[in-house]
Amino acid sequence: MITLDQVRVTFNPGTAIETRALQGLDLHIPEGQFVTVIGSNGAGKSTLLGVLSGETLPQQGLVAIDAEDVTRWPTPKRAGLVARVFQDPMAGTCEALSIEENMALAAARGHRRGLGRAVAPALRGLFRERLASLGLGLENRLKDRMGLLSGGQRQAITLVMATLNPMKILLLDEHTAALDPKTAAFVMELTNDIVRRSALTTLMVTHSMRQALDYGDRTVMLHGGKVVLDVAGDDRKGLSVEDLLHMFTKVRGEQLDDDALILG
Amino acid sequence: MSSIAFFGAIESGLLFGLVTLGVFISFRVLDFPDLTVDGSLPLGAAVAATLIVHGVPPVVATLAAMLAGAGAGFVTAWLNVRLKILNLLASILTMIALYSVNLRIMGRPNVALLGVDTVFTPVEKLHLPYYLSDLVLYAAVCLAATLLLVWFLNSQVGLAMRATGANARMARAQGINTDRMTLLGMAVSNALVALAGALFAQSQGGADVSMGIGVIVTGLAAVILGEAILPTRTIWLAALACVGGSILYRMAVALALNASFIGLQAQDLKLITAVLVALAMTVPSMRGKLPFRRGGKA
Repeated sequence: MITLDQVRVTFNPGTAIETRALQGLDLHIPEGQFVTVIGSNGAGKSTLLGVLSGETLPQQGLVAIDAEDVTRWPTPKRAGLVARVFQDPMAGTCEALSIEENMALAAARGHRRGLGRAVAPALRGLFRERLASLGLGLENRLKDRMGLLSGGQRQAITLVMATLNPMKILLLDEHTAALDPKTAAFVMELTNDIVRRSALTTLMVTHSMRQALDYGDRTVMLHGGKVVLDVAGDDRKGLSVEDLLHMFTKVRGEQLDDDALILG
Repeated sequence: MSSIAFFGAIESGLLFGLVTLGVFISFRVLDFPDLTVDGSLPLGAAVAATLIVHGVPPVVATLAAMLAGAGAGFVTAWLNVRLKILNLLASILTMIALYSVNLRIMGRPNVALLGVDTVFTPVEKLHLPYYLSDLVLYAAVCLAATLLLVWFLNSQVGLAMRATGANARMARAQGINTDRMTLLGMAVSNALVALAGALFAQSQGGADVSMGIGVIVTGLAAVILGEAILPTRTIWLAALACVGGSILYRMAVALALNASFIGLQAQDLKLITAVLVALAMTVPSMRGKLPFRRGGKA
């Protein structure tokens, strides 16, 4: 159970470039729900992810994971509760380290790190097994540097890394946006499999309305730092991109002018 | 080159191998350009020499020197991660401050270690040829430091430290407290440099407040040289490259100084080192810009 209660974030407060990124955002995500989030540029999607991951600490409001108030927790402290896949394939892994070293870093997420061997032999077997399930042949390249892999391969590994340890929420930050269409489709299917198989509580930010409706249990639209649309269940079934746009116009009384959203 | 000059070069190569390992931790592992070493090398020398003169056992004095070096590195890292001072500037501040600190520790610009026992005294009792006796201890310490460092960097904490330098945002997302890793890494790095200073003082017969000038450039030259001769794919190879690069660098210097026909003198050393480092850092990027690349893609 994830709770965001009246969360407010303002960047550069009191200056000429003051930006009110989140203006009293409320969002409650029950355990096991897969939520997709859409919104135009500046709607607050990235800030929402930042608030959940701890990279951005809100000025006001409450962020809670289960019963725990994590509002003031910095990123490393809540890493045991939050797993994340970034938009940039380079951001989620260390390219200078090997595949197995990257996975060992993720295998220690939420645990105390000691002076024992990071890539223990027992872990290697687990890594090989998880990588084999991707069907990319990466299980034979454990010692290869991450930098040698393509963006799609890296995103696939990042997904596997995110799920090596239990989490309370999985954050996906437009994680297919930087990939070519075929690879993006592969990574999205993989994401869906992983999320469904383990019934992970997931929040996926996407630029594509199509993707937002095709995947997940619930779609949330952000605008001006608030939730303006929230559809789930029967209301969401059979909903088209046009319907969604129409609903938005009705709610806001204004036209959505971001082409990137419509074309996606 | 005479065999004495040869063994001398290996000896100082091993000694500065410790400095190189320290520079490797800050510059390569943590991606933290750290000039503290110019102050922490004489700090190690000053602490060890002063304590030995006051009758403290040499081994204890050497360990105290390492602790002092760790403190210096910690201060630099603290200025950076807590007070948000730019990393390079933070290290310069500590380096400058250490100049005064070192003078305070010694009470004067230099402390002589003549006629007192040092960590080298037990080795001298082995009655090896005089040009080998210091070398044996240097080799042992350098080997131990390399083994420990490789073991550490392959541990869970060590891997977390490498991730901190390679991709801090990802490291934090994996639950790594990157601030703490920077503090720890900088302390370890400068402890190694201070150890080199402590040993240097004991083998050279004293500590001098100006003995650290340009150490960082020498260390960096050795790191770059090592990377040029060995692929640094694993931590093992990277650590070996540090020590190898350091020895090679000293060899090259000894050769250059021995070849009297070039007309180089000892005082030209720092200028040559600076030119070499500048070349080593620009050549890889220059290569890509030249229109007539050999064998590469057009």
